[in-house]
Amino acid sequence: MSFFKTQPKDLILLLCFAVVVLLAPILFAPIGAGYPDLLQKFAIFGIFALGFNILFGLTGYLSFGHAAFLGVGSYSAVWTFKLLSMNPLPAIIFATLVGGLFSALIGFISLRRTGIYFSILTLAFAQMSYNMAYSVLTPITNGETGLQLVQSDPRVLDVAFGRDYGAVLPSSDLFGIGMTGYPGYYFCGFMLILCFFLTLRIFRSPFGMMLRAVKSNQNRMNYTGLNTKPYALAAFVISGMYAGLAGGLLAVTDPLAGAERMQWTASGEVVLMTILGGSGTLLGPVIGAGAIKYFENIFSAFNDQILAQVYSFLPEILQQIMVAISSLFVGEGWHLTLGALFMIIVIFLPGGLMEGFKRLRNLISGKFGGGNGSGRATAPAE
Amino acid sequence: MSILSVRNVNKNFGGLKALDAVNLDVEAGTVHAIIGPNGAGKSTLLNCFVGRLEPDTGSVTFDGKSLLGIQPHEINQLGVSRVFQTPEIFGDLSLLENVMIPAFAKRDGAFKMNAWHEVAEENDIHALAMEMLADVALDGKAHDTAAQLSRGDKRRLELAMCLVQNPKLLLLDEPTAGMARADTNNTIDLMKTIAGRGVTMVVIEHDMHVVFSLADKISVLAQGTVIAEDLPENIKGDPRVQEAYLGGAQL
Amino acid sequence: MDAIALQVLNGLDKGGAYALIALGLTIIFGTLGVVNFAHGALFMLGAFCAVSVKALLSLEAVTLDPNKLTAWGTPMEIRVPYVETWFGEFGATLLNYSVPVSILVAIPMMLILGIAMERGLIRFFYKRPHAEQILVTFGLAIVLQEIIKGIFGANPIPQPAPEVAKGMIDFGILVGFDAGNVVYPAWRLIYFLFSVAIIGAVFSFLRFTSFGMVVRAGMADRETVGLLGIDIDRRFTIVFGIAAVVAGLAGAMYTPILSPDYHMGMDFLVLSFVVVVVGGMGSLGGAVAAGFLLGILQSFASMNEVKNILPGIDQIIIYLIAVVVLLVRPRGLMGRKGMMEH
Repeated sequence: MSFFKTQPKDLILLLCFAVVVLLAPILFAPIGAGYPDLLQKFAIFGIFALGFNILFGLTGYLSFGHAAFLGVGSYSAVWTFKLLSMNPLPAIIFATLVGGLFSALIGFISLRRTGIYFSILTLAFAQMSYNMAYSVLTPITNGETGLQLVQSDPRVLDVAFGRDYGAVLPSSDLFGIGMTGYPGYYFCGFMLILCFFLTLRIFRSPFGMMLRAVKSNQNRMNYTGLNTKPYALAAFVISGMYAGLAGGLLAVTDPLAGAERMQWTASGEVVLMTILGGSGTLLGPVIGAGAIKYFENIFSAFNDQILAQVYSFLPEILQQIMVAISSLFVGEGWHLTLGALFMIIVIFLPGGLMEGFKRLRNLISGKFGGGNGSGRATAPAE
Repeated sequence: MSILSVRNVNKNFGGLKALDAVNLDVEAGTVHAIIGPNGAGKSTLLNCFVGRLEPDTGSVTFDGKSLLGIQPHEINQLGVSRVFQTPEIFGDLSLLENVMIPAFAKRDGAFKMNAWHEVAEENDIHALAMEMLADVALDGKAHDTAAQLSRGDKRRLELAMCLVQNPKLLLLDEPTAGMARADTNNTIDLMKTIAGRGVTMVVIEHDMHVVFSLADKISVLAQGTVIAEDLPENIKGDPRVQEAYLGGAQL
Repeated sequence: MDAIALQVLNGLDKGGAYALIALGLTIIFGTLGVVNFAHGALFMLGAFCAVSVKALLSLEAVTLDPNKLTAWGTPMEIRVPYVETWFGEFGATLLNYSVPVSILVAIPMMLILGIAMERGLIRFFYKRPHAEQILVTFGLAIVLQEIIKGIFGANPIPQPAPEVAKGMIDFGILVGFDAGNVVYPAWRLIYFLFSVAIIGAVFSFLRFTSFGMVVRAGMADRETVGLLGIDIDRRFTIVFGIAAVVAGLAGAMYTPILSPDYHMGMDFLVLSFVVVVVGGMGSLGGAVAAGFLLGILQSFASMNEVKNILPGIDQIIIYLIAVVVLLVRPRGLMGRKGMMEH
């Protein structure tokens, strides 16, 4: 165990990160995000984006099919609940493993090509999985209804340990602690901290350096005696496992799984989270995931009445016009905002929020003639 | 002793004969220059050594092992490093990282899942990389991003990346192309130092000044075939070479 | 034999749509070097041109006829489309032929849209990495489809084919099979012929005009063409406009076969990309051939006889073929070396 060999500045970063995660219910309360359902989403999608960033941020391989691994993770977790136990630990372990296996299979084929071929292949595989979940695989996925728990599920481990849920539909619990509300959040939050630590170690390792070399110049890597394929595949599988874990956690907090989690829009969302925060940076993806889930929550809740209130200071005609325009972007139209945000980020700030922070800091330190600003623990990998 | 031996290599590109029954022997510990007019097949030949191209017929043997049918990274792992005509470096990474990566490749092989270790713990590799950067006078820029370097500096960085692997054979494709005179002279000095350590080198070069300052032996390639192979002083006077290379003008 | 002929026919219309979208993708990629994830959205916008034309033509004047009463005793409403009031018989014909008529609207609309897209967004991405091109056009695709969803709603809007083309054609008789075995909806045959005509037009444009020569030269070697002193920028804009028109027409004419909805573009885009990959990136002929090939194979996979043996194969056949092709022939069926290799 070389845990304690982690560089001091990284330990501080990890500590700060853990404190923010643990105190999130208090810290995020002022912006109206201090409740467990939303915090769970922050943590789960933070894990998803952290993993995606190991692939996209470090190696530069842009996958458009990562939602498939998330979906597979959810299905695996729900099946573990049904067959083994309502304890979340076997469920997330199984979800992570299946996510890894599935991504190894898809990665092995997709990584035979690079560039846009790779993106298209992953997109095609994800769409194929999505289509199959709705058709051939209905016995496993329960098709459009989605996979749910039923009272008559075998749950052999629970039965073996004499655990009886009686006549009610069981929900996931960790040795008696229910996985809804705050305990559910802290379970996900702990996983997030763990994943963040793992990601930190990968970033600082020779392996992580090799992944960045893959992004920078594959030709040079080959002539330097390095085989790029296993590096890219390893990154792909690791990110697939993170996605599987995230999918498993979704099932832990709400034990059902549907194919819509595997759709290309969901794959696009994790790409957006990563680039919004800053691809290739450590903290960026988590920030991006949090920001998107936060604004999704706010924007989807808006409706015409609330909008009318917002614009109530305007003359009536203007108010109606503004409501009509704004309503395109909120509620059902949240995806429009998402798409527009996507474009704005790619056009104006391809480095994401972390790049923005860095520019801001350089601007400030430049003005006051401050230090060189390098060597920050959160400095992007580029 | 011959470390690289090329026997009867042929290569066609859709009817065009790029290499025609090429034979070549590179002695261990020497600098072997390959010269010839444009389109003579020099780069094609070099590409056949590193797995980028596969000859149609013939054999390429390095240190007793065939180099044909294996991947570029496997050839490198046998001890062959290559400097490209346009420097191939990791532009997004720091100079230090650029040199550490080949050092890791040499130590850990083509793939190692070294994800739990920290780069900061790798003191040996770090020291070795810094030493190599110092050798090419780039240690002052160790933490700069490689893409920002001048072309000459990129070339020197690429050389350091090859040297850190302590290769048995170093292939250089026009190492001074596009360099100013002063830079060229620096590079010649650097390569002399490297040759002094006993590294075998194969150099493709247009600049005769470079060739005659460095080479122990020269092969002249014209229209895909070796027309002369001899010591530099003999090559200078060889009428066949002057005919093929310069159309009769004196070297 | 009859069954096979029928499945080939069934695949042709869908194949035509794939081929037209893939053709545009290939031209844009080949000349501009841009991966356009919003190309499916252009197909969808074309389809909604047809929807809008139909909606405009169907605007009705409502009058009350006091002499006729409904079951509730109120005067009967008489709805007469304005076009019929104004143009009489011709107006009715116009309404009947709304889908083909919409082509006349779709051409200028799509041209303007395509040019606006290229001038306003795409041209800033010529020099940026492919990943960023993908991301920004992906964002644009979402924006476009969500706008359409906001305007037209989420449900598919059926578009009728003209009356004459609503029936079936007994294609079998024409080629010597027994009557009644190979019957085929007339509009789908029309769509196939239409797509062949457009493909023919694009190919002859590329082959016989000097503009087309430049485009083809650009696809072969972009840098050299840039050195020839040709005003590349303006031509890029027109190329993009043409590709947008082709996709739009493909979408407009497809509406009687598939009722358009806001996400049809992305559905077709994914498949068209697979088509491009199978055909070989950068090969126009490959795009067309692979489009029809995959369309036909997909229709074979939907046969009950096949589905009984391999359940669900119709859902995944295209992706499976793409995987196999990429494993066996990494450059695609007609791909050239050097395209997208770096």
